[in-house]
Amino acid sequence: MLGEAEQQRLFIFIKKCEDLEGIFMPYNALPLNWRKFPERYNLEGSYCETCDTYYFPARVLCHKCRRKGKIVTKEMPRIGTIISYTKVHVGLKGFEHETPYYLALVDLGKGVKLLTQIVDSDDSKVKVGAKVKKIFRKINEGSKIGPISYGYKFKVIK
Amino acid sequence: MESGIVAYGVQIPKRRIKVEEIARVWEKNGKHISKAINVQEKAVAAFDEDSCTLAVEAARKAILDFNIDAKKLGAIYVGSESKPYAVKPTASIVAAALGANTRLMAADLEFACKAGTAGIQMCLGLVNSSMIEYGLSIGSDTAQGRPNDALEFTAGSGAGAIIVGNKKDEIIAQINHTVSFTTDTPDFWRRPHAEFPEHGGRFTGEPAYFKHIISAAKLLMQEAGTNADDYNYAVFHQPNGKFPLNAAKILGIDPKKVEQGLLTPYIGNTYSGATMIGLCSVLDKAEPGDRILAVSFGSGAGSDAFDITVTKNIIKRKAKKAVFDMIKEKEYVDYALYIKHRRKIKSL
Ligand SMILES: [Zn+2]
Repeated sequence: MLGEAEQQRLFIFIKKCEDLEGIFMPYNALPLNWRKFPERYNLEGSYCETCDTYYFPARVLCHKCRRKGKIVTKEMPRIGTIISYTKVHVGLKGFEHETPYYLALVDLGKGVKLLTQIVDSDDSKVKVGAKVKKIFRKINEGSKIGPISYGYKFKVIK
Repeated sequence: MESGIVAYGVQIPKRRIKVEEIARVWEKNGKHISKAINVQEKAVAAFDEDSCTLAVEAARKAILDFNIDAKKLGAIYVGSESKPYAVKPTASIVAAALGANTRLMAADLEFACKAGTAGIQMCLGLVNSSMIEYGLSIGSDTAQGRPNDALEFTAGSGAGAIIVGNKKDEIIAQINHTVSFTTDTPDFWRRPHAEFPEHGGRFTGEPAYFKHIISAAKLLMQEAGTNADDYNYAVFHQPNGKFPLNAAKILGIDPKKVEQGLLTPYIGNTYSGATMIGLCSVLDKAEPGDRILAVSFGSGAGSDAFDITVTKNIIKRKAKKAVFDMIKEKEYVDYALYIKHRRKIKSL
């Protein structure tokens, strides 16, 4: 289903995702998580006005323009296309009870891609090229007494 | 009053469980129960949904479908009895997710099933006194029902959001008058740390639901100078599919006028969401000049009644998807999946 290059890319993304410290919002990482609310709630990234480039997650510096770049905050498009996906049967820590679930690489256009869970979508609809829309979901509850993480997931739209 | 409804949005989770499937597990007569309460199935929030995510999605639809600038919201109230946090407002999460301004009044409200409509009244007061430009009130619940309790057949999940404003070219439904009826009636409650609500069984009917709905409706009509025949639609709180039809009969309103705002047969009782979603569904269908009677009910107990007239703006300002189309998008779960998603399995 996936080409070798795509597989490699997906692997790197999943690795990155596993490394994300933020999923569980441990108390000592509250500020780190809190700073990511705009990104997680509203796909807030950045945009370089100098060279017309979109960045997600946000950047403080445009790697093309360096100090000549003018970076501003910008919300990314909320509609995208699945360019690759996988069905996860052995979930990451914190997602064990949600298996099987879909993880997909979604192209939001403007050169922006992100890795996200696809939910509320029938198996037959989850495919490369499917149009998806951003929705707001609970990402993780952690322990029963800790803070709750909310953020983006995507669902297939017709 | 000068203000009215300028936008609305509804969110209903995709999953459904049939009343008959719940009855199967407890070895009860599902067909009989389903008919007796006039409820076929109820909406089930998924593992990663709660009253906060439903509130955000409902509010987002109101903002987007009706082209309201979230930065101009002066107040956000979220009514719920299934808050994800006991302490920490849902309203502030909704505000952040909508991209609202930080110059904002916000609070979570609780009055059993009527906190959403109480929020509308608060927004009306603030808009009418020019303290804010727009006010958003949301009723959202992932209702808890104890396994094998009568409530389990109806306790559903969903959210309705209504934005109040005073711009003449934006008001789709003028709110002519509102009044509430409140008494101390312990028909249904949940103590701190208790996972499921308790209720007084049959006590929840006559002295609670009917007394408050009927009293508030009569009070409203008396103060507004209207009578039952003036209304083209009526929306009542809907703990099951039967009560609202009976309330209409008592008030002398044709039960057919209740059908457009009666969603409980298809999604269950969405508690704080129920009257809000019912009203939104009526707005999907209503035409200029139509008059709507909306009466919520919250145990404990009280009712908020509204006299509403639909304006000509409704021809142009419409929700992208009607509530009755929204509920067609569904996926059935069996009882085992239902208790997994609702975290009723002890280890979850
Ligand atoms: Zn640049």
